[in-house]
Amino acid sequence: MTIPVSAADWIVINTELILVGTAMIVLLLDAFNRRISDRISPWITLVGVVGGLVSLGFLWGQEYTGFAGMLVIDSFSVLVKMAILFGTGLAVLLSVDYLRREELAQGEYYGLLLLSTVGMLLLTSSANLIMIFLSLEMLSIALYVLTGYARMRPRSQEAGMKYFLLGSFSAAILVYGVALIYGALGTVDLAGVAEALTAPGILSNPVLLAGAGLVLVGLGFKVAAVPFQMWTPDVYEGAPSPVTAFMSVSTKAAAFAALTRVLVFAFSDLSGVWMAVIWAIAALTMIFGNLVAIAQNNIKRMLAYSSIAHAGYILVAVASANQLGIQSIPFYLIAYTFMNIGAWAVVTVITRKGEEGVGLSDYTGLFWRNPLLAVSMGLFMFSLAGIPPTAGFTAKIYLFMAAVNANLIGLLIVAVVTTIISAYFYLRVTVIMFMHRPSEVSAVHVPIAAYVAIIIAVVATLWLFLFPNSTQAFTEAVWRMGL
Amino acid sequence: MDLIRNHILSILIFLPIAAGIALVIVPRRYAVFIRWFAFISGLVAFALSILLFLWFRSNMAGWQFEEFAPWIRVLPRVVEGETRYAINYHLGIDGISLFLIMLTTFLTPVAILASWRGITERAREFYVALLLLEGAMIGVFSSLDLILFYVFWDAMLIPMYFIIGVWGYENRIYASIKFFIYTLVGSLLMLAAIIYLGLQNPAGLTFDLTELVAADIARSVQYWLFLAFGLAFAIKVPVFPLHTWLPDAHTEAPTAGSVILAGILLKMGAYGFLRFCLPLFPEASVHFAPLMIVLGVIGIIYGALVAYSQPDIKRLVAYSSVSHLGFVVLGIFALNIQGIQGALLIMIAHGLSTGALFLIVGMMYERRHTRLMSDYGGVWRRMPFFGAFFIIAALASLGLPGLANFPGEFLVILGTFAAANWVYALLAASGVVFAAIYILWLYGNVMQGPVEKPEVEAMRDLSVREAFVLAPVVIFIVLLGVFPGVVLDRTAVSSEAILEQVRPDESRTSLGRGAWAIEVRGIGTHALRPKTDSPQPVPHFLVEGGEEQ
Repeated sequence: MTIPVSAADWIVINTELILVGTAMIVLLLDAFNRRISDRISPWITLVGVVGGLVSLGFLWGQEYTGFAGMLVIDSFSVLVKMAILFGTGLAVLLSVDYLRREELAQGEYYGLLLLSTVGMLLLTSSANLIMIFLSLEMLSIALYVLTGYARMRPRSQEAGMKYFLLGSFSAAILVYGVALIYGALGTVDLAGVAEALTAPGILSNPVLLAGAGLVLVGLGFKVAAVPFQMWTPDVYEGAPSPVTAFMSVSTKAAAFAALTRVLVFAFSDLSGVWMAVIWAIAALTMIFGNLVAIAQNNIKRMLAYSSIAHAGYILVAVASANQLGIQSIPFYLIAYTFMNIGAWAVVTVITRKGEEGVGLSDYTGLFWRNPLLAVSMGLFMFSLAGIPPTAGFTAKIYLFMAAVNANLIGLLIVAVVTTIISAYFYLRVTVIMFMHRPSEVSAVHVPIAAYVAIIIAVVATLWLFLFPNSTQAFTEAVWRMGL
Repeated sequence: MDLIRNHILSILIFLPIAAGIALVIVPRRYAVFIRWFAFISGLVAFALSILLFLWFRSNMAGWQFEEFAPWIRVLPRVVEGETRYAINYHLGIDGISLFLIMLTTFLTPVAILASWRGITERAREFYVALLLLEGAMIGVFSSLDLILFYVFWDAMLIPMYFIIGVWGYENRIYASIKFFIYTLVGSLLMLAAIIYLGLQNPAGLTFDLTELVAADIARSVQYWLFLAFGLAFAIKVPVFPLHTWLPDAHTEAPTAGSVILAGILLKMGAYGFLRFCLPLFPEASVHFAPLMIVLGVIGIIYGALVAYSQPDIKRLVAYSSVSHLGFVVLGIFALNIQGIQGALLIMIAHGLSTGALFLIVGMMYERRHTRLMSDYGGVWRRMPFFGAFFIIAALASLGLPGLANFPGEFLVILGTFAAANWVYALLAASGVVFAAIYILWLYGNVMQGPVEKPEVEAMRDLSVREAFVLAPVVIFIVLLGVFPGVVLDRTAVSSEAILEQVRPDESRTSLGRGAWAIEVRGIGTHALRPKTDSPQPVPHFLVEGGEEQ
């Protein structure tokens, strides 16, 4: 049997193809000549990522459906894919010197990174529950390996194992949910689901509700929403820092794209049911993430909890399920990508061999040792706290507007109060960096690639604040097309 | 020149910011150049604000020097064939903003000059923070878009937070975090309220002040929004009992930080009430006015009493601010022309007189490294020049006629009488007496008596630089005390416009109880001049008073 592949199909997956091709080159090169591969594979990877971004540029504002409706290209997916690729590219810049410092092999690392990215890109485009499951697995399996990539370090191994076990569970739950939905509706196509839900009486079908709930659990695990967040701090802490940087932004972006598509577009008729659930999850996630982050003395764990909290904020936009909410999701994801990777970049630079030096005390007086690094980190902290003049602020006002517009005043109050709480632990980092004097003034060595990553993140964080419209015109299209 | 005239507000905002960013790339070893560069940028901004003053048309109602550029595209709507964004870069000033901007541009170079010797570590970053702060503060006073206002309002926190936290005294970290979190609590609730308000606009989402004042908001909604805005502003003023961040922040901040905090940041709360709370939520303002008046009076008396019991000079001055700002709140919520005009005068006068006092405390600290009153005594004998500046600032602060604070305090008490709250007026007036007590107590303990401590014996009088820091401030204190009309003439139209929005149905003459004020010469009779288009008969002596000016 041959499956006809049309031109539109190729266009839909062209970004993924570029990255798969790059992954093949990197892996083959690694197999043939390890010495050369160690030297140039990061740069080949970067070329691939930039190529992917360029190909997205061509898809800007266009709409395609491919593979019998399994995959779609629209403004929403293009924007989220951009967020993912920015995340990948910056993670590559961080990895170069990290892998060298930790004496880890280069070639296969980038292969895995690229394949995981491909999974994320596919997830963003998925318009079919089976496709969502497949791409989720693709991104996860590569990530499990990457999490345990520092083989000699027990914590990394532990994190990989933990992520693998819990991740497999969540995938199983997801696929079970998909099966139940198929049982109830007879379709796994998102558009088909939306159509089937218009049938009378279907909305109270317990099989359907159970299926939708299980899918929500599976995706909630990936975005690290409470109560499915248990793995996050351990995995984020144990994984190599650049991998954590990558996974905290890109995985989240892809999973949120899928969650939005499933809830807001496929299950929009069921919103009476899931709205309350998302409301509660969002509130719990914001409260839990921010409160627990206060108690952390390890910067990696603190950022892990902060990442949980941010999932809560994005869920506010999902819960509002209106034009402003859907528009604010891609913007938030892009802004979050830059500010969070920026923060992780600083963490990667400060950390010493063997993931030593991740305590907050290792940042004491950073301003006196390396002002540029300290000021950048300060900017990322203020951005994560949502204080102007940063992208994090703009992202937050979009979100608040969406919540008010959907009349979610209670959720807005939770978001505001938790933002105030979050200011406390983000400020703590700046206090330690700027207001405590270092015991000894030793310069911090910053590799050039990491500098480039940090500067890109700083510029983007400010740029998105000053000129936020660059994404807005297209997110309006997101809503018009109704995906 | 037209280019400058059309964009003068943007230039005023971004010139200091650009100067600050430019300083970042200057190598640290050129310390002298960095100082002078910062100082001259401050002076240039001041010169520009003088242009602003000269170009300002005092009898023109509405916004002047308006600038408009689309900024953030959210739910765009079409107005008269034009796509309008919800959030715009919209600037414009009236008489109220004019003087606060001038105060900002005046105090910033003074603060820079005052830090010449005191700030030695990381001096470059200190001046960068001061310049960024200046830009943000001018932005706060000239924004006509609520989100833009919020951006400047919050962005201003960051440099101030670092100024206190990095260059402050022993307890600086505690003070800076307290300052930041306190302000953020208020401002985030205000942000929620701003967004809610923007979505209330019947013509579609907008955050433009000029459009929103026309929107008719339900009374119950007004109450909530007033409280959310009011909390942010009350924390900043600070209104009792939300003042507890102030003594810590003021005391721990370096001299320049205290001057800017007292001189300008505190005014932002009062400015917020005048610019946003009153025009946007008129019914709520009238409803909550009695509460605010009571809090203002408590602030006046409480601040004065607590100031009197402080052994630490800087803390004493900080608490005196609570007392002075109580007058401002009282004046604003008297909701009549005398009260508002008086509040505006006090805002400027307090910026100058308390700024001068903080500079003076800073100079003493630089010599003795202590802020305790008991460590001084008889300083006059060693520092006569310094003593002369000190006595003028001190007398201004206690409200001596002829110096800056008097006309404002007088008008506020008058306004409180006119609002028929003679008890409050009496209590407020007693605040002036208390001020005399703690100020004279401070001055007597520090400056007079015999020199008992050998350290005091070693104190040198003012250097030329220090004299240049204090002299302009003191000159303006005297000028403002003698010619308050210069300010009142330019703020009258704006104040009336605000009152028009709060109480559109009440005629000017109903404020007549205070009209005898006209008999008092030299305190800006224009402030009390009735609008000429007023249909009510105007007592002839009132008109005469107006024409004489």
